[in-house]
Amino acid sequence: MKSKNNGKDFCMFALPGMFCFFAVVVIPFVYGVYLTLTDWNGVAQVKNFIGLSNYASVMRDKEFWTSLLLTFRYVIVVVVLVNVIAFAIAYLLTRGIKGQNFFRAGFFTPNLIGGIVLGYIWQFVFSRVFVNIGESTGWSLFEVSWLSEPGKAFAAMVLVTVWQLSGYMILIYVAGFMGLSEDVMEAASIDGASGWVKLKNIVLPLMMSSVTICLFLTLSRAFMVYDVNLSLTAGGPYGTTQMAAMHVYEKAFTSRQFGVGQAEALILFIVVACISGLQVYLTKRQEVEA
Amino acid sequence: MMKNTTVGGTRKKVTNAIAMIGLVVIFIAYMFPFLMVVINSLKQKRDIIKSPFSWLYTIKGLSFDNFAKAFVQMDFLNAFKNSLIVTVSATVLVTLLAAMLAYYIVRKNNGISRLTFALMVASMIIPFQAIMIPLVSIYGGTLNILNHRITLIFMHTGFSMAMSVFMFHGFIRGNVPMALEEAAYIDGCTHARTFFGIVLPLLKPIISTMVILNSLAFWNDFLLPSLVLTDKKLLTLPLSTYSFYGTYSADYGTIMAGLLLCVIPILILYVVLQKQIIGGVVAGAVK
Repeated sequence: MKSKNNGKDFCMFALPGMFCFFAVVVIPFVYGVYLTLTDWNGVAQVKNFIGLSNYASVMRDKEFWTSLLLTFRYVIVVVVLVNVIAFAIAYLLTRGIKGQNFFRAGFFTPNLIGGIVLGYIWQFVFSRVFVNIGESTGWSLFEVSWLSEPGKAFAAMVLVTVWQLSGYMILIYVAGFMGLSEDVMEAASIDGASGWVKLKNIVLPLMMSSVTICLFLTLSRAFMVYDVNLSLTAGGPYGTTQMAAMHVYEKAFTSRQFGVGQAEALILFIVVACISGLQVYLTKRQEVEA
Repeated sequence: MMKNTTVGGTRKKVTNAIAMIGLVVIFIAYMFPFLMVVINSLKQKRDIIKSPFSWLYTIKGLSFDNFAKAFVQMDFLNAFKNSLIVTVSATVLVTLLAAMLAYYIVRKNNGISRLTFALMVASMIIPFQAIMIPLVSIYGGTLNILNHRITLIFMHTGFSMAMSVFMFHGFIRGNVPMALEEAAYIDGCTHARTFFGIVLPLLKPIISTMVILNSLAFWNDFLLPSLVLTDKKLLTLPLSTYSFYGTYSADYGTIMAGLLLCVIPILILYVVLQKQIIGGVVAGAVK
């Protein structure tokens, strides 16, 4: 692009995109910080400046901290399970098996479908199909719907998320395995490395860039879970599976405490940003060149 | 490493066979929920309650009634049309605007470019939940323009702008040679003509990646549309599924048929464009 006509070029090429970005992301974000300092209830014309007292309310909001703690537990279990399972399946898939593409495409399918629909599909599976298995076989594990018991409802959330996200991560791990150089693998085998030793000392270090991506994606997705939470358990039974994102929504749009809700949203954002930043920093350090 | 070698062939064959069996078992388990939906969407409620497992030939009254009912109760055609309008418009808009903005940022390395790009990269870690409350406050309160399709399209465009610009930026810097553009200028092309005639066609691979990623996200999004649209006539598919489920949740057969109706259009597209979709998702994640 040449240097004449600067203003015209800017208006034509840059301005429309910048306008959308600033109007939808930057301005609301900045305005959101201001909102946490007011007592706005979503309807009133006047917003009174009340300083930091919304943050004091957040500190007292036990439900928020419970939901955040629950989200932490959920994220840890999901991140570990998703990555272990996806890594293992991707490993099996790249051993020169027939129909590799078919399997890969099949495993990915849940990621094409919105969380709302997935949650409803599984609600049927948990509340009718599994219960029916329980009734006809007498297995106590399935006798009562998982969604009606707190501990099992949490397990149900984990199961559905792992089921969905692992299909996505399989794609990335498969791409990583395909990128491994055959020479290095052969050299390792000739040197006598096999099985577990080879996996731990050769494959895993070379796969670290895939691991970085997958951990980052699973972390941020699991932390912000909302759709599946809403359609599968709706926070129930008795609010025991209400994750942080859902709590923020309820606080703002149901209890009409916009300032407190936004303060909680910001805290959640900072927590997620710190944790995923730390994760990327730590796993990037483990990355090696072949 | 992945190829079968002749050395130690039999052992490898055996382990591969075991791996294959393991994979098939896991795969069936993964597909199990979908299988349940398909089977039960064709059955009547009493048969579903008796046994969600019973295979189709063991029951009487197998029919497509559920689909007809769901089709009407969900107002499927209307919701489908709404989803299509929103997804297509927002995808076209964000692809075009992001490509142009990224092109500007790459070619004009001035203060505005650098600041905008830095802001965009930083903004990519902000989750939607951190913006949704002020967003409703501004667009619902001050401007009062919620409940219009165009508002939703505009918001989708704004939210996916940063990621899209980032992807286009990387591609343009690496794959679009300056020499081509300079030749065009010498031949007397305007900037606009150079961009649309020469640069844009070169962006095809990244355009197809971004179209796939963005349209999937827009099509399936629930939270943003649920905040913007409340008018029944405007509901997109995920929203109408939500309200349909809320009303008919005990009517299992109809629900299963409704869920299947939602999934079928994407699955058809997936069968046709499987390679491109998987390639696009991998490219989008790895960058």
